[in-house]
Amino acid sequence: MDRRNFLKLASSSAVIATSSGTAQARGNLPVSDEAVGMLFDATRCIGCRACVVECKDINGMPPEKASPDAPWDNAQDLSADTLNIIKAHKAEDSDEFSFIKRNCMHCVDAGCVSVCPVSAMKKDPVTGIVSHDPDVCIGCRYCVAACPYNIPKYEYDETFGQIQKCQLCNQKGVEHIDNNQLPGCAEVCPTGANIYGTRKELLAEAKRRLAAKPGENYVFKLNAIDSPHYQEGPLAEYQQHIYGEFEGGGTQVLLLAGTSFQTLGMPDLPERSYASVSETVQHSIYGGFAAPAAVLGGLLFLARRNIKAEQESDKNNNNKDKGDAS
Amino acid sequence: MSGLHEHKALGDKKLFTLPTFILAVISFIALVILAKRFIFGLGAVTNLNDGYPWGIWVVYDVVVGTGFACGGYAMALVVYIANKGKYHPLVRPALLASLFGYTLGGISAFIDMGRYWNFYNMFLPSQMNLNSVMLEVGLCVTAYCIVLFIEFAPTLLERFKKHKLKEKLDRLLFIFIAVGVLLPTMHQSSLGSLLIAMGFKVDPLWQSSYLMPLFAILTAMAMGFSIVIFEASMVTVGFRRHSETHLLKGLGKVIQALLGVFLILRFGDLVMRDALSGAFDGSFKAKMFLLEAVLFIIPLVILSSNNMRSKGSHLFVAGFTMLCAGALYRFNAFLIGWTPNASDSVVYFPSSQELLVSIGIIAMEILGYILFVKLLPVLPKEEHA
Repeated sequence: MDRRNFLKLASSSAVIATSSGTAQARGNLPVSDEAVGMLFDATRCIGCRACVVECKDINGMPPEKASPDAPWDNAQDLSADTLNIIKAHKAEDSDEFSFIKRNCMHCVDAGCVSVCPVSAMKKDPVTGIVSHDPDVCIGCRYCVAACPYNIPKYEYDETFGQIQKCQLCNQKGVEHIDNNQLPGCAEVCPTGANIYGTRKELLAEAKRRLAAKPGENYVFKLNAIDSPHYQEGPLAEYQQHIYGEFEGGGTQVLLLAGTSFQTLGMPDLPERSYASVSETVQHSIYGGFAAPAAVLGGLLFLARRNIKAEQESDKNNNNKDKGDAS
Repeated sequence: MSGLHEHKALGDKKLFTLPTFILAVISFIALVILAKRFIFGLGAVTNLNDGYPWGIWVVYDVVVGTGFACGGYAMALVVYIANKGKYHPLVRPALLASLFGYTLGGISAFIDMGRYWNFYNMFLPSQMNLNSVMLEVGLCVTAYCIVLFIEFAPTLLERFKKHKLKEKLDRLLFIFIAVGVLLPTMHQSSLGSLLIAMGFKVDPLWQSSYLMPLFAILTAMAMGFSIVIFEASMVTVGFRRHSETHLLKGLGKVIQALLGVFLILRFGDLVMRDALSGAFDGSFKAKMFLLEAVLFIIPLVILSSNNMRSKGSHLFVAGFTMLCAGALYRFNAFLIGWTPNASDSVVYFPSSQELLVSIGIIAMEILGYILFVKLLPVLPKEEHA
């Protein structure tokens, strides 16, 4: 009887613990029409790093020098002092280099937002900008671990370090987007390699570039998709792939390039966001707290019945030799 | 049914012995390093970097450490839920070890927090993110530490002769025992779920996605029973007491069943996901995977033999290898199989100070255990023939 009860309980909790819960499976989050982002076209980038400098200026971040007396910033990778960087990668099949701009992709279904225990990482419901609030952050660094692009960075060398990440220049005290200004990196880009706009418009623009013929004269907008400024020039030969259209549920920063995105160090992600898988598992187990409550009910019943019998015999025993209780 | 097994503090009351002195020194070193961590930041003592946000303080002290602390959970499951009263003598020592393991696991998590002064936000409903596995782990581990203390309280009340209070607590104890079984089931499975959101950064050999929580809870249970065997064997030898092999072999059988189920599912999953080829590419990860597999299979082989299961030494080896296997599985999944997706120069190996803190925490656990069993009625009374 006991064994049967136990097995029943064990098997039911095993079912609860493992059911993939297709009924309540959470798919990728949808993207709002007003979601904003940037389009980076690697074929337009000349590697001037004006965007890197502007980003450091706006965020008040120090240069990372190769040696203490080096005159300029020589950051090799993103860090808590470098939230935006231009990197050069050599294509496997040619001697040509391609630049890539790395910064927060502002995922449509952001892993960092999904995993943050205290809602310090938030996604704006309208703009979709992924922001961070250090005043509630506990510094567990789960966001760092869960970001497929390695974006959030913790300041390990500080006594009271914090997480740093690109917030599309809309962080407290900067608020470019709220004030109809551009993110710093888009504002200073001289070639239109990086432009700001709504994700919808940028995606349409990226598709136009892919559809046009390589070599054809093309009007490249500068700074923003709706900007009056532009540069004309021949279209490069693109990879027929818009990075960020579907990757990990889609991103609000979109990339175009002439070489494969893997060469440029971008991860090859499935279309389903990891956050949606994680939340599906979590909510199948804990949704409405029904399953844990049911298991607890069973446990209470068994524990009460089994412990009662034991305590009764303990009591009888204690009464017999009370002096020896310790 | 329980009249046979009353508890008694160890007769040997000497607290200052060579082993306790050494353990105290090691613990003290850890405290000094921790002072440095709080004054100068995490980077001053750890090798954590932009590619490796979690080092051994998370992976060993919390993820593996609480796995080792599942003895109380395992014994509560057997004694109070499955009603196998004969194992009762093993409950209190297991609970004590769990109390230390979990409390220090919780403290370690706090130490590792980069913004520990904000930790209270986890308990504010307005800040809680119910989608976060980390929230579930944090709340559950905190709650379980409290429950463990209440479960252990009768031992203290007995020692200080608060019989009335103990009687009152005894009447409600079943609630804490039930909650004390539910909570580890929840957060130990969630420790596996933590990895799901990390996606490709966890090597395919360990990224089992939907199966992560099941694998985590199965190994936690097996580790829980194994640590009971391990501790009981150490107590028998260390304090020159009677062997408890007659009880421990039953636990061996439970481990055998858990391991069997785990290994079938684990390898089934690897085959289904076509991930097994990664085990033979000669890389360091692959070697660690194979070592992990061997460590899981050794206890299964030992415990599958009725003959070997009845021998104390074989049981000890099985329990010990099972603990190593469970620990390595977690190390592999969280650290060794970790792909930071950054340049090759991003590597992690714990600094000596990081290691000394983890070693110090183990020393604190053992030291606390030794002092408690000498001062409090934890171990079952020896029956003299």
